[in-house]
Amino acid sequence: MNHIAPGARAGIYHYDEIDRQFVAERVEQFRKQVDRRLSGELTEEEFKPIRLMNGLYLQLHAYMLRIAVPYGVMSATQLRKLSAIGRRYDRGYGHFTTRQNLQYNWIKLEDTPAILHELAEVDMHALQTSGNCVRNVTTDPFVGAAKDEVVDGRVYAEILRQWTTMHPEFTYLPRKFKIAISGAESDRAAVRIHDVGLLARRNDKGEAGFSFYVGGGLGRSPFVGKLVREWVAQEDFVAYLEAILRVYNQYGRRDNIYKARIKILVHELGLEKFTQEVEEEFARLRGPKYRLDPEVVDAIRQHFAPPPFEELPDHSDALERAKAADPAFANWLAVNVAEHKAPGYAIATISLKPAGGIPGDATCEQMDLVADLAERYSFGELRVTHVQNLVLAHVKKDDLYDLWKQLDAAELGSANAGLIGDIIACPGLDYCALANARSIPLAQAISARFADPVRQRTIGELGIKISGCINACGHHHVGAIGILGVDKKGTEYYQITVGGDPTLTTAIGDILGPAVTETEAVDAIEAIVDVYLANRSGEGERFIDTLKRVGHAPFKERIYAAD
Amino acid sequence: MSAKDRSKEGSMKAITANRLRDGEVVFLGEGGVWVESFAEAALFPRAEADGVLAAAKEKAEREQFGVDIYAFEVVEQDGIPVPATMRERIRTAGPTVRLDLGKQAA
Repeated sequence: MNHIAPGARAGIYHYDEIDRQFVAERVEQFRKQVDRRLSGELTEEEFKPIRLMNGLYLQLHAYMLRIAVPYGVMSATQLRKLSAIGRRYDRGYGHFTTRQNLQYNWIKLEDTPAILHELAEVDMHALQTSGNCVRNVTTDPFVGAAKDEVVDGRVYAEILRQWTTMHPEFTYLPRKFKIAISGAESDRAAVRIHDVGLLARRNDKGEAGFSFYVGGGLGRSPFVGKLVREWVAQEDFVAYLEAILRVYNQYGRRDNIYKARIKILVHELGLEKFTQEVEEEFARLRGPKYRLDPEVVDAIRQHFAPPPFEELPDHSDALERAKAADPAFANWLAVNVAEHKAPGYAIATISLKPAGGIPGDATCEQMDLVADLAERYSFGELRVTHVQNLVLAHVKKDDLYDLWKQLDAAELGSANAGLIGDIIACPGLDYCALANARSIPLAQAISARFADPVRQRTIGELGIKISGCINACGHHHVGAIGILGVDKKGTEYYQITVGGDPTLTTAIGDILGPAVTETEAVDAIEAIVDVYLANRSGEGERFIDTLKRVGHAPFKERIYAAD
Repeated sequence: MSAKDRSKEGSMKAITANRLRDGEVVFLGEGGVWVESFAEAALFPRAEADGVLAAAKEKAEREQFGVDIYAFEVVEQDGIPVPATMRERIRTAGPTVRLDLGKQAA
């Protein structure tokens, strides 16, 4: 068995005494705030913004607590704690979200201080996962492992996490603010659908820095982020972001909640004027106070030092034998495993989308298993992806078969990463107080219809994303096939869009035709797939490319032909 | 006829809240007592519901009992009162995708 030597760990950020004290004080502060709410000293109107700043929502059935998983990275110990909390205070499961966080759906207000105390024991919290503040900074789930990395996105995401936590100027922004960082030029963090998206780039001199995209976002007014600055030096990246936030804080609308995001400001000011405002602010800010000290960066980088990789050949005989002997494993290998920069290692995606299952949900037993597997096979560390899956980023090729067998036994071995079965779905009307329609049953029906792994491989890359309302938490706007649940006179209907793209060639999908019922929607998806397969120029042509080439007409004709 | 049309025909409402301390969905029952099961919820004619709601809301907020207190339409289906909208039906029962959770599992 080629297990990781005990004690060998991948680097994750560990709180120092200042961090621990800060979180402990916030937990105690919230405990007192809860007491004052329960005694009536605080009204609900006074308490609600405080509750939200601590990640606690009131949803359809109970309170929902959103735990921050900073840039989606956590340790096995932390995942075990999340499992324990799910058992002790919730209903034995959790939901991984499109912002790399975890949600519990059955929380009690009176238990929340105790939960936050337990989270603090493992350097976790629920701060700023809600409210009009800077939210969890997300990044590429392959960070620190991918071959195409320019910088380690975790370093900069951690810098931003520290810089934005309780920032005195940005604690009550006009609206929520979401930042994504990709440390690689290949965008696996969907940077252009965020309020600010940073993409690592090298300039002509080969120096690493960041491109800044601003004003992206989904919801009722989807926008693709616009390139505001092609290249900002690493030492200036906090100053530039501060300049953007200052302009937003100053000019962002506060009169209308639906017009308050930075995407509206960029749209209404125009890119040129917006950029000018930012550049003027940046020129004022730029200086010693905001310059990122290389020593600070290095100190944070030490937290993310590469794990103690062994010197291995890139070729693994054990892997090749298993691949030849087990077709199901070979399929998972081809679909869910990506190349690692260290020879002999690989990046494994754990699908939380079993056919017919609830996307993104994991039982506490599954969390415990993944924690064990992370310890055994990936230096004790794992990632949450914004597509609601998990990643073990540093698995020896020799260990992949053993890993997969254990995943498969626990319904975590679906070979569908990036395929039609890898559906993003928000909680929808089954859980969410904002929803108009259910999203999960439709996701289940579609994934069950396309359960056959051979069929999924044949179809190839095709991202379906489902939202239960226009807030678009399911990212339907950027689905190759997007589905929006709507309420038409008390009945659930589903509006289908096509052509969305969450990568750097970001695109918002177009509505295909009138909304359809749930049953019709599943049939419609199958019809879309049939039309694609009939029209594609070859096996290598993705759905999104066939759509661009042939247009909407063949798809519309097929779905709405009988109407 | 849609659920909404039927509810207008039926003209009854129930009153609901989330219990402050634990978020549990509750309904105003007979005698102003809050109950956890929709089957025990009191139903009010539309014309009276606003007044009952205002009083219940004031009391529940004053006593730190409940939050997000509102009235919703109820219709009759096979002789049994049911919430008129899908949202309220899910709220009274539990998630449709996890029949082992929520009030439906009790």
